[in-house]
Order: sequence, then C-alpha cells, then structure tokens
Amino acid sequence: MPLWWPLLLAALLFSIGVYGVLARRNAVLVLMGVELMLNAANINLVAFDAYLRDALHSGQIFALFVIVIAAAEIGLALAIVLLVFRTHGHIEVDRLRALADRDEAPEEVRR
Amino acid sequence: MNLVVQVLFVLLGLVAVGSALLMVTSANLVHAALWLVVSLGAVAGVFLLLAAEFVAWVQVLIYVGAVVVLLLFALMLTRAPTGSQPELSARRTVPAAVVAMLVAALLGTTVVAGFSGATIDLRHGQVGSAEVTGGSLFRTWVLPFEVLSVLLLAALVGAIVLSRLRSTELSGGDPQMAGSPPDSSGNGGG
Repeated sequence: MPLWWPLLLAALLFSIGVYGVLARRNAVLVLMGVELMLNAANINLVAFDAYLRDALHSGQIFALFVIVIAAAEIGLALAIVLLVFRTHGHIEVDRLRALADRDEAPEEVRR
Repeated sequence: MNLVVQVLFVLLGLVAVGSALLMVTSANLVHAALWLVVSLGAVAGVFLLLAAEFVAWVQVLIYVGAVVVLLLFALMLTRAPTGSQPELSARRTVPAAVVAMLVAALLGTTVVAGFSGATIDLRHGQVGSAEVTGGSLFRTWVLPFEVLSVLLLAALVGAIVLSRLRSTELSGGDPQMAGSPPDSSGNGGG
C-alpha cells in the first residue's frame, strides 16, 4: 500500500474537522469536529508506525495516548458545555460573546 | 492479498470521508452524532488494515462506545431539538469551506509530494496485537503511561467539580435562566 493513501485520508478528515469547528454553531458539534481532527492525527501515527516498522511501536502507543487525551478532553469539555447551558440557556458559540474582543467597551457589560 | 487490502482501504476511506462530510453538514444534531459513529468505525477498520489491532479495538471501545455516548448525553441534557435545524451552520459556511479546502490542499499536496514513492510493507511487519502493544507499553512507555493516568484523574476531578457547581455559585448568568435549571436542587451541599 502506498504510504500517501492513509496520509491523504488523514489530511481530508482533518480538513473536514476544521470545517466542522469553523462552521458549526452548536458547541457539541464543534467538539465533534475536534474529535475528527484528533482521529486524523491518529491515522498518521499508525501509518508511520506501519511504514517504519518500529520495534517499540511508538506510533501505535502514541495513538493510544492521543485517544486517552481525547477522552479526558471530551469529559471536561462536556462539563463546561453543560455549565454554559445552565447559565445561559443555550450553547450556540456565536451568541456567547461575553469575552469577545471589541473595539470599544460596550455600554452594558453583561455579567 | 495486497490487492484485497488496498481495495478495502479505499472503501473504508471513502466511507470515513463521506460520513465525516455528512456529519459536518447534517442539519440534525443526533444524525450528526450517528454519522460520527460511522466515520470513527471506518477509521477503526483503517487501523486494522494498518496492522494496529489493539488500537482499532480501543478506538471502537473508547470513541464509538464512550465518547459518542457522552456526546449524545450532552445533546440530550442541553435539550437539543431532535428535528431538523437548517440554521445549525447558516452563517460562515463559505469562509469555513474555503479555509477547509485550503487546509486540505496544503496538507494533501505536502504529503503526496513528500511521500509519493514510499510504500508500506504490511507482510513483514509485526501485528500490533494486545500482547505486543502491552509489552511495548509497559516496558518502554511506562512513564508517559503513568503521567497520562494522572492527567485522566485530574480531568475526572475537574469534570466532577465543574458539574457540581450550583447556579447560585456561578458569578452571574442570564437572569431569566437563574431559577430554571432542573438539576440544581439535588446536588448542593458541596
């Protein structure tokens, strides 16, 4: 199998994840895009592990580590999303503008 | 044998990319989560083809099993409507698509130009079974493994602390939402 096949698949999945992160409004869908990007990185790691025939299997081990970090990230992020829902009543990321970078201070600072 | 692997890889890659595209364009939140299941399952098949057996099963267990269930629970707890929502990605679609295509073109041309001659020899490699991966993990990569377990514990504690915050302890928030959270009555006392 040519090496660039899994690498191209990973690049395509990564860019689809970038589109998901940039275009979606719901915070849970943004997190799904992040998961897709992490998975694309895993494909790269596993493909180079198979290509280099690493005796220590560092590619596969690092793919496992990335999966663990993704699980930790999704747990924390969903806790934050639920907290945002409890305080604001919605999780649409382009309506959460309390920390936005503005040119001048707004007249009424939202608490 | 090699041809079978290549055909399977192309099919799994098409399934992964197609379901990922459907995931990021679906107007239905639950459908998007289910398309994510299909995409992650196809990526697990790709791992199997690339002789990473243990990583493939961990992918099925953690991602398809746990992460997607967590995402579905988050959709349920945020009272996401199950119907179709056309405004889910209404704005910024065109610039996001342009950026994504630029990323795809840049990464794709880079990897194709950089590794166009290399081939993966799958016949002489060692299959990353549970025995091989476990031996490598606990002989060579023990310290990162332990550090990662501490990280996971910290993330767990952080998630518990975050979800135990009562809405009155939060600094502010929208006034119309102050009394309405249904799950804030039973978990006080902390």
